[in-house]
Amino acid sequence: MNDTAGSTAVLRVRDLSVSFRGEEGGDGDVHAVDGLSFDVAPGEVLAVVGESGCGKSVTSLAVMGLLPPTARVGGSVALRGRELAGADEKELRSVRGREMSMVFQEPMTSLNPVLTVGRQIGEVLRRHQGLGRREARQRSAELLETVGIPDPGRRVDEYPHQLSGGMRQRVMLAVAVACDPAVLIADEPTTALDVTVQAGVLDVLGALRERLGTAIVLITHDLGVVAHTADRVLVMYAGRAVEHAPVEDLFATPRHPYTRGLLDAVPRPGGRAAALAEGRRPRLREIPGLVPGLETQPDRCTFAPRCAHADGLCTSRRPLLQAPAGPVGERPDAPHTAACWHPLDVTGAPAEATEEAAP
Amino acid sequence: MTSQPTAGGTPPALEVRGLVRHFPGPGRSTVRAVDGVSLTVGRGEVVGLVGESGSGKSTVGQCVVRLDEPTGGTVRIGGVDVTRLSRRRLRPLRKDFHLVYQDPSASLDPRMSVARIVAEPLVLHRLARGDALRSRVAELLEQVGLRPELAERRPHELSGGQRQRVSIARALAVDPLLLVADEPTSALDVSVQASVLNLLADLQRDRGFGCLFITHDLAAVEFLADRIAVMYLGEIVEQAPAAELFTAPKHPYTQALLSAVPVPDPAVQRARGGSPAEGRGRIVLHGDLPSPVFPRTSTGQAVGYCRFHTRCPLAVERCRTEAPEHRTLPGGRQVACHLVEDDGTAPDAARPRPRTLEPQAPAQSADSTTDVDRKP
Repeated sequence: MNDTAGSTAVLRVRDLSVSFRGEEGGDGDVHAVDGLSFDVAPGEVLAVVGESGCGKSVTSLAVMGLLPPTARVGGSVALRGRELAGADEKELRSVRGREMSMVFQEPMTSLNPVLTVGRQIGEVLRRHQGLGRREARQRSAELLETVGIPDPGRRVDEYPHQLSGGMRQRVMLAVAVACDPAVLIADEPTTALDVTVQAGVLDVLGALRERLGTAIVLITHDLGVVAHTADRVLVMYAGRAVEHAPVEDLFATPRHPYTRGLLDAVPRPGGRAAALAEGRRPRLREIPGLVPGLETQPDRCTFAPRCAHADGLCTSRRPLLQAPAGPVGERPDAPHTAACWHPLDVTGAPAEATEEAAP
Repeated sequence: MTSQPTAGGTPPALEVRGLVRHFPGPGRSTVRAVDGVSLTVGRGEVVGLVGESGSGKSTVGQCVVRLDEPTGGTVRIGGVDVTRLSRRRLRPLRKDFHLVYQDPSASLDPRMSVARIVAEPLVLHRLARGDALRSRVAELLEQVGLRPELAERRPHELSGGQRQRVSIARALAVDPLLLVADEPTSALDVSVQASVLNLLADLQRDRGFGCLFITHDLAAVEFLADRIAVMYLGEIVEQAPAAELFTAPKHPYTQALLSAVPVPDPAVQRARGGSPAEGRGRIVLHGDLPSPVFPRTSTGQAVGYCRFHTRCPLAVERCRTEAPEHRTLPGGRQVACHLVEDDGTAPDAARPRPRTLEPQAPAQSADSTTDVDRKP
């Protein structure tokens, strides 16, 4: 169903589910991620988008094997064909930082405040590549230059507090790509940064992908960042994938009503002026209702209670990701799939559910 | 100076003149958080105050509502100078201005019910009691789109969007002349943010309060504001009607800021200038916002250079030796930049003249379009 990148995928996630034991006397288990599948090819940026609580960060932690032991993880995470789900900590440690690494939202909490940045980058190099102290320092300075830090020879001996927010995030990127990993997972890497600084960090991400061929999984809630950086987009809602498409297709013709709603909720440049010029009251589209709780894995569309097009089918059977009928997107090699019984067509109207659409 | 057109000579909702807020810095230094800010919010007008973190925009908001003491300058609310009033003299005037914070879970008392939170300002200002109070609270909750049964809930039982609606209801309970909203939607998810922005727009239109909308979110400010002031390092560098600012920014910083905002549309991103490697036509500023810490000797004196010159792709010698004055251009826009001509002709920060910059300076393809092309 999801062979976009074919056999070239470096990271292949199949039917990933994560659940946490609920509180004593609570409503039961929390199903944070439910049956998620995706591939990422070398040099490709896959954006995982969704609002808070949709499971995007839990997905990234599950892929990295960083979830606490209380989490129950099911499904498969394969890195270059090697199965990581269920692998022991020792094996994961040899993979993390070397073949697959991660950048978090807040660099100050990920960097050690009492070690110089050179030491922190060097730690990865010495551990995974067996470099000596001097070589590691030398290579650290080179990496700082790669991520666009001016005067790397001096910065390598500085401590995190001496750097600005944008620089710290660049240092995190340097740590992450020190061993030239096949996959980089970036969880909201620019959310804590100002726009003018964000622009620079996104450029570094783009350059790394281009120069090193790193496959990037970009976790974000910012549709502007997605449009700017991603090749393909996976939209998540309440722990499930609801739409998966090349970035141009997703923004031009979203097929899932939730994606449509998200896109319409963002103020557009010039939108207000245009509305006022036409004598309309400027309005943003709202998605009525609230995100559902994650205590159940209902056999229905989880977006149905908030969806204007929902009918009996939506509330009785779970839709799976599949290519809706109609014209194929710009890239036939990268299909556009949506988990919806009544996917929107190009005009934005919902389709009739067809029999063969049933799983 | 722009004096906003106000009906029949009534003073504007907010008039800030030469506002200064300095803090003692480390050693012999001064943090010039706000350094000579003047702005006006007319009655029923929404003015967006935008800037990046550390630009001083929130300090302006704090000084306006007198949660912070300005070092200098004046703040007039509805014509009354509140800058130096004692706490006691200020208290009855507090019903004229209200603040909505970014994080409603931190600004609502967790032990109070929604109804009590919203009623509190009415009780404190002795504006209603008994049945009148109850019906006024019910009315306010309805206006902000909260179901009546939520009245007895406590903040932790509400979603983030609902909590922000409670803050708005509380702020508007006393019918203020001025609402200061400091990043009211920044902590909310996209779809929730849309509903809160719609609510603010509707209420503002129906109730006609003046609003100082402080945010770093340019998309939100464009949706809500009539006029926008852009802050950089304690100073307002540009002020213009919203539509004009977005279609034709004059100050190089405003140009860079607008071009750096990723637009949620891959086609627009592509049109901004080719492949990702080319930076998609954005003006990438080097470095971060400099620190607002200045040597103490200069306290009280104006800074003798343009604060943006360290990051400005167009900076010339004059920018390093002389502070640009805040000029009003024909049409009432204001800008503080040496390179903007008196007739309003502005430089293009996307096309700097060749100068020795860092090697990774963004390569601009000759035909790259800039944000000026983003017509409404």
